[in-house]
Amino acid sequence: MDRNITLPITSEISEELHIGDYCYLNGVMYVARDAAHKRMDEALNQGKELPIPIDNAAIYYMGPSPARDNRPIGSAGPTTASRMDKYAPRLLDLGQKAMIGKGKRTKEVLDAVVRNKATYFAAVGGAGALLSKCIVSSEVVCYDDLGAEAIRKINVKDFPCIVVADCHGGNLYEEAIKEFQK
Amino acid sequence: MRIINTSEIISNIKEMCIEANHYLSTDMDKKLKDVVNTEESPLGKKILVSLQENLNIAKEEMIPICQDTGMAVFFVELGQDVHIEGGLLTDAINEGVRLGYTEGFLRKSVVKDPIIRENTKDNTPAIIHYDIVEGDTLKITLAPKGFGSENMSRVFMLKPADGIEGVKNAILTAVKDAGPNACPPMVVGVGIGGTFEKSALLAKKALARSFDERPEVEWVRNLEDEMLDKINCLGIGPGGLGGSTTALAVNINTFATHIAGLPVAINICCHVNRHVTRIL
Repeated sequence: MDRNITLPITSEISEELHIGDYCYLNGVMYVARDAAHKRMDEALNQGKELPIPIDNAAIYYMGPSPARDNRPIGSAGPTTASRMDKYAPRLLDLGQKAMIGKGKRTKEVLDAVVRNKATYFAAVGGAGALLSKCIVSSEVVCYDDLGAEAIRKINVKDFPCIVVADCHGGNLYEEAIKEFQK
Repeated sequence: MRIINTSEIISNIKEMCIEANHYLSTDMDKKLKDVVNTEESPLGKKILVSLQENLNIAKEEMIPICQDTGMAVFFVELGQDVHIEGGLLTDAINEGVRLGYTEGFLRKSVVKDPIIRENTKDNTPAIIHYDIVEGDTLKITLAPKGFGSENMSRVFMLKPADGIEGVKNAILTAVKDAGPNACPPMVVGVGIGGTFEKSALLAKKALARSFDERPEVEWVRNLEDEMLDKINCLGIGPGGLGGSTTALAVNINTFATHIAGLPVAINICCHVNRHVTRIL
C-alpha cells in the first residue's frame, strides 16, 4: 500500500503501518550514523542532554557526499543500519519513533520497535542520487568536526521508503524471502 | 624504455575517480537494464526502476551514484620498460585520489587509524595492488569500493576434501548472510586457490572483470553459471525485499594452491560495482 506521511511519526501513525507499505515521507528528519550515535550514547552515559529533540524523532542513517553549488546536499542514500544496533534500543526507549536505513536488525532493536510503537523503514541502498533529490534543505546541527558523519537536520519531500519492521512484530526481510525462495 | 611523468598519472587518476563515481561501465549498465524486465516481484521491479532513475540523475546532475564513494582500490600493471619520472608512483596515485575526491565533491570515507578513527579528509591512502608486466605501458584500474558490501565479504579456508561442494556452500553462505545489507542485486567476486591473502585478491579482481569476459577453464565457467542460478533462487531480491534478482553476476578467479588447502574468498559488491581502466 502506498502512503504519504507527514513527519513526525507518532505512535498512532506507527500502529497504522505494516511491513511492505511503500511510504513517501515529508517533513523534518535527523541524519546520524556511526560516530554520531557513539557520541550521543556517550553523552547519555555522562548524564548530558542529547543534541537533538528525540521525542517522536525520525533518524536517517546516512552520511552524504559533499553538496555541489546550489544543491542542499550531495548523494544521500541509506547506510547499513546494523552498525547502529548497539545504540538504537536506548534511543527508541527515549522516544525516537522512526529509523530509516537498510539491512537486517538485531532482535533487541526489533523488540524495541514493538515496545515503543516505532517503525523501521528501508530506503533503497545505492540510490543516493535519487534520494538526494528528495532532500529540500540540510543543515548541520552538531558534531561538525565529524564531517560526513555530523548530525544534520534535513527537510524531505516525497522521500520514498518501505516499512521493513513494524510495531506489530512484522519483519519484511524474513517474510519477503519466503515468498520468492525456490 | 618509455618515460611517463607523474603529472600525467595524477591528472588521469583524478578524472578516473570522478568518472567511476558518476557513470557505471557499459556491461554493468546493460545488466541493470536487463533485470528490470526479468524480475518477478512487483516491489523488486519498482526498486530496479528506481535504480535506473538513480543512474540517470547521477550522470545528468553529477551527483555520485552512491554517497559511499568508496575506498579507492587500484590494480596497477606496470610494464617493466616504463620509467616513472617526477616522483614516486604510489605518491602520484594518492595525489590523484586526493584531487579527485576533494575537487570532485566525493565523500571522504577513510580514517587514518582503525581504532582512533580520525578522518584523513581527502580519502587517502588508496589501496594499491601492483603487478610488474612486460611492455612499456602503465595500465591502471580503479575500483572504488563501498563498505556496505565489503563488510559482508568472507574468506573460508576449506580442506581439499571439501571439494567443489564446499566451495558452493561457502559462496551461498556468504550471500545469504549478506542479504539486504550488501545492497542487492549484488555482484559476487570469488577467488579460489592461492593462499589466504591471494584468494581475497583474486576475489577483488574478479569484481572488476567485465561480464563479457568469461573464464577459459570449463568448470569455472560452469560454476559461475550454476552459482548465479542458485543465488537467484534464494529469494533475497532487489534491496533484500524479495525477488528473483539477487545477483547480477558471479565472477570467479582461480589460482594454484597448496596440497593441504582450498582457500575460498567471496568479495561482495553492491549494484554500484564501479570500475574504470586507463592505459597510459
